[in-house]
Amino acid sequence: MCQMEESKVVSKGLTLYYGSVPAVRNVNLSVPERSVMALIGPSGCGKSTFLRCINRMNDFIEEVRVEGQVLIDGQDVYGPQTDVISLRRRVGMVFQRPNPFPFSIWENVAYGPRLHGVKDRRVLDEIVERSLRGAALWDEVKDKLESSAMNLSGGQQQRLCIARAIAVEPEVLLMDEPTSALDPMGTAKVEELVRELKKSYTVIIVTHNMQQAARVSDRTAFFLMGELVEEGPTREIFTSPRDPRTEAYITGRFG
Amino acid sequence: MKIRLVKDRLATGVLWLFTLITLGTLLGILGFLWVNGRSAVTWEFLTQRPRSGMTQGGIATPLVGTVQLMLLSMAFALPIGVATAVYLTEYAPKGPVASAVRLAVRSLAGVPSVVFGLFGLSFFCIFLRLGASMLSASLTLACLVLPVVVTAAETAILNVPKDLRDASFAMGATRWQTIRKVVLPTAMPSIMTGAILGLGRVAGETAPIMFTGAVFFTPNFAKSPFESVMALPYHIYVLATAGTNIDATRPIQYGTSLVLVGTVFLLSLTGIAWRSRLRRSGRA
Amino acid sequence: MEPLNIRKHMDQDLGEIRSGMMRLGAMAEASIRGGVAALVKRDRSEARRVIESDDEADQLAGWLDMSCLEFMARYQPLGADLRAISCAIHMAVDLERIADLGVSVAKRALKLIDQDPIKPLMDIPLMGERVCAMLDLAVKAYLNGDEDLARELCAMDDQVDDLQDRVERELLMIMIDRPATIAQASALGEVARVLERAGDHATNLGEHIMFMITGRRVKASQFRRPLGDRS
Repeated sequence: MCQMEESKVVSKGLTLYYGSVPAVRNVNLSVPERSVMALIGPSGCGKSTFLRCINRMNDFIEEVRVEGQVLIDGQDVYGPQTDVISLRRRVGMVFQRPNPFPFSIWENVAYGPRLHGVKDRRVLDEIVERSLRGAALWDEVKDKLESSAMNLSGGQQQRLCIARAIAVEPEVLLMDEPTSALDPMGTAKVEELVRELKKSYTVIIVTHNMQQAARVSDRTAFFLMGELVEEGPTREIFTSPRDPRTEAYITGRFG
Repeated sequence: MKIRLVKDRLATGVLWLFTLITLGTLLGILGFLWVNGRSAVTWEFLTQRPRSGMTQGGIATPLVGTVQLMLLSMAFALPIGVATAVYLTEYAPKGPVASAVRLAVRSLAGVPSVVFGLFGLSFFCIFLRLGASMLSASLTLACLVLPVVVTAAETAILNVPKDLRDASFAMGATRWQTIRKVVLPTAMPSIMTGAILGLGRVAGETAPIMFTGAVFFTPNFAKSPFESVMALPYHIYVLATAGTNIDATRPIQYGTSLVLVGTVFLLSLTGIAWRSRLRRSGRA
Repeated sequence: MEPLNIRKHMDQDLGEIRSGMMRLGAMAEASIRGGVAALVKRDRSEARRVIESDDEADQLAGWLDMSCLEFMARYQPLGADLRAISCAIHMAVDLERIADLGVSVAKRALKLIDQDPIKPLMDIPLMGERVCAMLDLAVKAYLNGDEDLARELCAMDDQVDDLQDRVERELLMIMIDRPATIAQASALGEVARVLERAGDHATNLGEHIMFMITGRRVKASQFRRPLGDRS
């Protein structure tokens, strides 16, 4: 059990209701700083919903009610003083299907910084280069920054979305099944990127592919029907989990 | 068994026939205009102003006037229409308010153009004291084309994938920032094609401008919105019914019709071509 | 979607690996038993039989190894499945070694058959018995996932080691007493050492099986006498 002080993101008793149905039940999870935490579980188990609580993307859904706390560096993001806009700057998100804006590559990456007030072209150029390098995409696109992002391949688009997300220098990066729409090559590149990213960011990745979780994460949390069943170092979860439900899931006894 | 095949062939044949009738009508009108008006359309025709009671000269004044009306009316209709569409799609709470606004927009599309003309006359010309001017005529035309713009903009905005909005929000953008920086720029090409098609409509309307600002003759191009203006559709009407020498100006009438129809055709083709190119590249 | 169907295939394949392991265990036991019997009964044909059957054991061990690799490539197993495969790969290696050691005993038996025995063999057959008992426990523990049997098996290594000590000391005394017997005595001493190694390999089996069951690596020495008490 890791120390609370080293944890970047902590959820305490987090419960989310869609109307009267609880989709996330009393989840207590601690994510250490600069590590990769994988969230696994069958479809509909609440892992993506839980992920979206961290950057309050669930706020956009009307029937949603949230109880409990999500602490980032000890501060509750659901507290009354929280500025949601700056929360979303500190917590970046990458989605399941690559969703670059239909603008140029440069404009995509510069979107975040410009949103938050950066106007100087030179500063923006630096940020764009830094972010594209950080996403392992710079060499492939440095000569065509003005061309449309829609002309990139699926894997490149997803890395562009990652570059876009890290352009505002977040502290936490949330990834919701980031490779499920990619081919094996694109998947491999993104996975390699995740292993690099954890040196600078705290990464929480939802995946339905257990082997992927085993490959990229330091710790893994297993969700089932909204509950957090078990959490621990990835090696332990996948070789000898403690809970029989976890064992049953990872050996494919239910989908 | 064979009867079914016969019926199938018969149905296909009938459908073809009716389609041919439709096509034939269109081609007939175009052909008719072409045959009768081709001789009149020359470069001078397009660049010279009408002379001698419009029996000679060209249609430069009405042509320019129509262009001015198109641009000015769209200048009003586009912002208002897009803003309405943004409200309907992004801000209006689901329920009676949004439905009422949509109903109003659809109803507006069904108003006869002559009614627009009368409305324009009473409201813009008389009540707002704008008089019979390009401004009044443009405003009236704007009302007419508003539903087209609103519908096109609404469709365009709804076609912007939710993914893109999510990405913008997830980076800390407010709703308005997302609309301004992502949704509208993405929807704009689609909105523009809708606007171009709307322009085609505006170019050909006679009744809304008859009372509100179009005149049958003015020697000069209109230099301010408060002046009256000549316009192609009205020009045709005038020459064909009240002109000084109806028979002599017959070729000019056909020529003007040809130019007008040609302009509308060109605008429509441009709009449709642009839209299909957008669809193919995945942005419409 | 189809995880249940894949599960069925996985279970089938695991079942085949288990049967194979059972057979390999039996072969290893037969090899030790036969080698020691050939030595004790001075039976030439028995010795030859043991030597010839080694090919079959090697092939089976190779098949088991291949099947485990295929299983991993095909299913990318996790959890208990992953541990079971790891255990199977290790067990195949140790069982194949034990079978080889049985052959080693048989070969020495062939050499000693023509010589007059220098002493009646009592401890060596007992060692062979112990090793076979350990193998039996190993197979049962593996098939039933029985942690207690595995522990019992590890503890038995003490007995084998003790017997080996006794044999060594006895042979040493005989060699000192009658130097002419050195050749046969050292050969017999070698047999005892071979059987002791077989016991060690059998203990390894226990360790692998316990990892498969519990997910924790244990050393067999935990279940034996404390180090100071061992000779």
